[in-house]
Amino acid sequence: MQTDRATGYLSTLAGKVQFALGDEAIAYGALFAGCTFFGGYPITPASEVAETMARELPNVDGYYVQFEDEIGSIAAVIGASRAGAKSMTATSGPGFSLMQENIGYAIMTETPCVVVDVQRSGPSTGQATKPAQADVLQARWGTHGDHEMIAFAPNSVQECLDVMIECFNLSERYRHPVVLLADGEIGHLREKLVFPDPADLDLFPRGGFDAADEAGLVEPMRAYGEGNAVHITGSTHKENGMRDVVSQDVHERLITRCCAKIDKNRDNIIRVEERFMDDAETVVVSFGADSRPALGAVVRARNEGVKVGYFRPISIWPFCGERLTQIGKRVRKILVPEMNLGQLAREIERFVSVPVVRVSKIGGVAHSVEEVYQAIIENSRS
Amino acid sequence: MIIIDERYCKGCSICIHFCPGKALEVSKEVNSRGFYAPKVVDQAECTSCKQCELYCPDFAIFIVEDAESADG
Amino acid sequence: MEHHLLKYLREEILPTTHCPGCGCGQVLNAFVNAIDTLRIDPRGIISVTGIGCSSWIPSPYFKGDTLHTTHGRAIAFATGVKVIRPDSNVVVIAGDGDLAGIGGNHLIHAARRNVGLTVYLVNNYIYGMTGGQVSPTTPFGVVTSTTPYTNAEYPLKIAELVAAAGANYVARWTTYHIRKLIASMEEALQTKGFAFIEIVSQCPVAYGRRVGLRDGVAFMEYFKENSVSVRKSKTMSEEELEGKIVVGRLARRERVEFTESLRKIIEEQRTGTGA
Repeated sequence: MQTDRATGYLSTLAGKVQFALGDEAIAYGALFAGCTFFGGYPITPASEVAETMARELPNVDGYYVQFEDEIGSIAAVIGASRAGAKSMTATSGPGFSLMQENIGYAIMTETPCVVVDVQRSGPSTGQATKPAQADVLQARWGTHGDHEMIAFAPNSVQECLDVMIECFNLSERYRHPVVLLADGEIGHLREKLVFPDPADLDLFPRGGFDAADEAGLVEPMRAYGEGNAVHITGSTHKENGMRDVVSQDVHERLITRCCAKIDKNRDNIIRVEERFMDDAETVVVSFGADSRPALGAVVRARNEGVKVGYFRPISIWPFCGERLTQIGKRVRKILVPEMNLGQLAREIERFVSVPVVRVSKIGGVAHSVEEVYQAIIENSRS
Repeated sequence: MIIIDERYCKGCSICIHFCPGKALEVSKEVNSRGFYAPKVVDQAECTSCKQCELYCPDFAIFIVEDAESADG
Repeated sequence: MEHHLLKYLREEILPTTHCPGCGCGQVLNAFVNAIDTLRIDPRGIISVTGIGCSSWIPSPYFKGDTLHTTHGRAIAFATGVKVIRPDSNVVVIAGDGDLAGIGGNHLIHAARRNVGLTVYLVNNYIYGMTGGQVSPTTPFGVVTSTTPYTNAEYPLKIAELVAAAGANYVARWTTYHIRKLIASMEEALQTKGFAFIEIVSQCPVAYGRRVGLRDGVAFMEYFKENSVSVRKSKTMSEEELEGKIVVGRLARRERVEFTESLRKIIEEQRTGTGA
């Protein structure tokens, strides 16, 4: 996938320490993952991803194209992916809304691609320059029809890069679009970033499906231009790719397989971070930007003897529900600080029988440590 | 020589309309797929102009050079 | 004995799903004639289509790589394909609703970028697949299923728009001008940069019956009688051109193709000769 020149260029970056934006780290993660096509449209707070890709892609024999809108961007990303390139786009809420139809097309045609949503405050134009975490359920259910989804939410600049590489690997492995659900807080945060050595990275190659999926749910991708007359359609299709929109069994077989390839591989996809869980009576579940004050508050409360744990989903979809069910059996309460009105909390409630306390904050400002700490103290009194 | 491929003909008659001679006419009976396909009334009227072949929306009519005329 | 062009088609799914006398089949016929004449290897052709009857022209019937995409977005998908596979002939075939309506903005900007696509817009004046609703090219005053009291809008001159947007090649022909159309399709396939043909075509079922043109033959006569050449049109007033179809080549330029410029940037970065 990567040309020798690209690998050579990335090797010159290996080990370098930067003071970088989250958005920049996302772009570099894509480059180290082997991305060679970016189609995008400017939008705050994701534009720095596009700017970084526009500057760097020619150095790795890759292409940046700015489109007339986000619909064109995701369309071209899928086209480029079918043509053989690891491809991505980056946007925020309004653009993410526009992309939903073609994200469904990528699911239906099993085309790998990575969509970065640097979440901002909505609905609509909302607080355009302010961060939010309110696209959690849109990432899962934004496109129509039955489907699964893979989405990751980084909480540091370094993790933006690391998780981006994972997003590309999972997208290629399962032939499914993957969403990096960043937020404006992390995208515009500047902190330490260390570039990896490309030689240390385990990249999933295009078409490397032999051992990808033991259940046999992911077929190798057939490439264009090799005389195979490859037919790709977003309509319901048979195993040979040809359209059949009337047979009940054809549709059922296609869609259940596309869902099963994610669902049956949940354990290979889901990633969480757990701290102080052994004796926890209360647990704080938080992700992305808001997990940082959440961790600060947990540490402060523990220093004062409160038995509180910290649980952070790094992958948001598929959801880590089974693990939370286990945890729910031995804690008394779950607190969910998030920059929305309870989207993650709503999902957690489906898996636990203990009270799930919404610690929501919207309006473009993350929780302070003090706010989460107060919530912990209030909910830890027996 | 005019060949009609009845598998594909939908009976639109565009070929008959463009035939400069009088080689084609509409069948009086429907074909197996329920269309009034063209039929060749006189191969000798065909000048191999290929109008029928080029205008056909269904690849259902075409011209082949037969051995005799190729020799002549 | 079989038609010599069937080798370009997925024979196992013929006959096509198009209605009797539909122009879509004529466009498919013309397309494979152009490919056959130019001796283009079909393995080097990637067809990208949208939604609607005309998108079915190459997909699935043309036996090459096909990408059947979402409504209106074929040109954007095709741009991604062309950037990664610049040596392929990337061909977009779709209708007036798809390319001039919902996808109009992608069409304008792809022409402006001069990306090396060959685009055949099959204009049948109507949304045929969905049952005959008014489209951006439906003439003023026509009754359709969604203009039951006549169409109060004026049709878009889509080929002139694409020419103004900067495409390297723009032409308009009808399905009646079949030999001129094939020659024009060949020119488009050989054009570096954005090449566009508006192919005025017939939908006897969802449009023709609304305007007294009941079958394909009636449309052939109508196109013959109502077409004027680009040259002649220049001597006519706007009133005289009302209801006429201006056929011929509308633009020919030699601007640098988009993906070529992108590759030049990479090359300049590599050799350190760039900005």
